[in-house]
Amino acid sequence: MPSPQSSRERPLSPHLQVYQLYRKIAPLLSILHRLTGVALYVVGSLFVIAWLGAAAYGAGAFATVQGLFASPLGYLVLFGWTVVLFYHLANGVRHLTWDSGRCVTNEGVRGTGITMLVMVCGLTIAAWAVGLMLVA
Amino acid sequence: MKTGTGMRSALGRARGLGAAGGAAHHWIGQRVTAVALVPLGLWFVFGAVIGNLGADDVAIRAWMASPLNATLMILFVVSAFQHGALGLQVVLEDYVHGAAAKNVAVMANKMFAAAGALFCVVCVLTLALGG
Repeated sequence: MPSPQSSRERPLSPHLQVYQLYRKIAPLLSILHRLTGVALYVVGSLFVIAWLGAAAYGAGAFATVQGLFASPLGYLVLFGWTVVLFYHLANGVRHLTWDSGRCVTNEGVRGTGITMLVMVCGLTIAAWAVGLMLVA
Repeated sequence: MKTGTGMRSALGRARGLGAAGGAAHHWIGQRVTAVALVPLGLWFVFGAVIGNLGADDVAIRAWMASPLNATLMILFVVSAFQHGALGLQVVLEDYVHGAAAKNVAVMANKMFAAAGALFCVVCVLTLALGG
């Protein structure tokens, strides 16, 4: 008599270990949507709070925050923020496409994934090209 | 609309009402704010942040005194905090185990969103109307 399978520890979904994220792009892009969303909400919103708050509190506070964002470390953080925001935005449009019933196939998942990554690169390059041109 | 469950039919609300019955409302709210945040997010990066690179106190006040900029900024922060609160709630419900810890986490999430959004709106109004 075979031992009952149900007594084993079953993996809970969504699961981070069994999907071999290093080999398959679809689950990697999927969990990155969550991670970038959490990052934007937990960390990114603090940037917005600091920026708007400093502006409202007066000239000294605003100059300090603008100076921090314009420092080399600030630029690095802002670059990461643009990549994370554009990833979540473009992949969010991908999710809305699926919600409308389109591209819900293996080829659709792969094709929209590549399109999304190209959009992220394009938007990031566009943002920094415009931004650096305005600063220079 | 008869109750707080929004866009659902009477049958949809009654059928299979095992849990709190707010899932469709949550799901639709997540999508509505997502759609709103596509143009608002692009405006925030290219218009609000890049447009104000190196701005000083006087420049940011003048910029926020434009009714269009103040309106878009308030729409952006309210949509973003609402979208973030709905999204993080699902993540917390998936990964925080134990009823007490989960409830505390979800409540803290909602309070953070409400406080953050309100603070940002007050800041925008201070800049726009403060003179």
